Amino acid sequence: MSKRIILAAVAFLLVVAAAYASFFIAPTERTMGLIQRIFYFHVSSAWAGFTAFFLCFLGNLMYVWKREQKYDWLGVSGAEVGLAFTTVVLITGPIWAHPVWGIWWTWDARLTSTFVLWLLYVSYLLLRTLVDEPDRRALLSSLFGIFAFIDVPLVFGAIRWWRTQHPQPVIMGGQGSGLEPTMKAVFFFSAFAMHVFMAFLIVERYSLEKMHTEADLLARELEAQ
Amino acid sequence: MKNLDSVFAAYLIGWGAYFVFYLTIAKRTANLRAELDRIKNSLPHAK
Repeated sequence: MSKRIILAAVAFLLVVAAAYASFFIAPTERTMGLIQRIFYFHVSSAWAGFTAFFLCFLGNLMYVWKREQKYDWLGVSGAEVGLAFTTVVLITGPIWAHPVWGIWWTWDARLTSTFVLWLLYVSYLLLRTLVDEPDRRALLSSLFGIFAFIDVPLVFGAIRWWRTQHPQPVIMGGQGSGLEPTMKAVFFFSAFAMHVFMAFLIVERYSLEKMHTEADLLARELEAQ
Repeated sequence: MKNLDSVFAAYLIGWGAYFVFYLTIAKRTANLRAELDRIKNSLPHAK
């Protein structure tokens, strides 16, 4: 059995277990009630998205330094997977917000910086479609990716540095913040499961990009003959 | 059971989005693999 199938199976089992824990093990939050259970999916998706963007950033930095294609493959994989996770964050957030705040969306620092993050990585992927020459495409998108990553710490810090409609942090939030121990355990398990799932998607996307480069090289060889 | 529908909607739409994203990767991989095989067969030294 290939390592990719094993990773897929492990990721599947972990996310099913995380969903079970979110619904049946975590206690119901006193103020918000059932709707707070979205937290385990929404926040763990956000963290996995940040990690994917960090992998993209690492790939971008390494490409600019070493000019090896494998780093460009990591960059585009991280960007696309991170974008998928951020899309889910931007969908699940308003579903949670509406019953609690009475509105679907507000332009506060956290929500706006997250939306800007989404736009930046859409732009990163669009930029790649505009440049045909592979080395130039890799360099330009890597430089843009390094710039785009600046928004990730802004998203993370937005609820710590500014007053926002979005709730203040319950993890790494300083004095007065925190989670009930069972909720905390379920959250960290969900975040771990989401990271394994994210790693599976990165591996799949990376192998697609690698295959793409191989196909381009062979096509050029064919044209040259 | 207030807001149970919203919780299910968030999980279903979220996992639906992940599943569609995975399907796009799988479809692109299958198409590219077919293209790669076609190119390999077209190269003279591959015959």
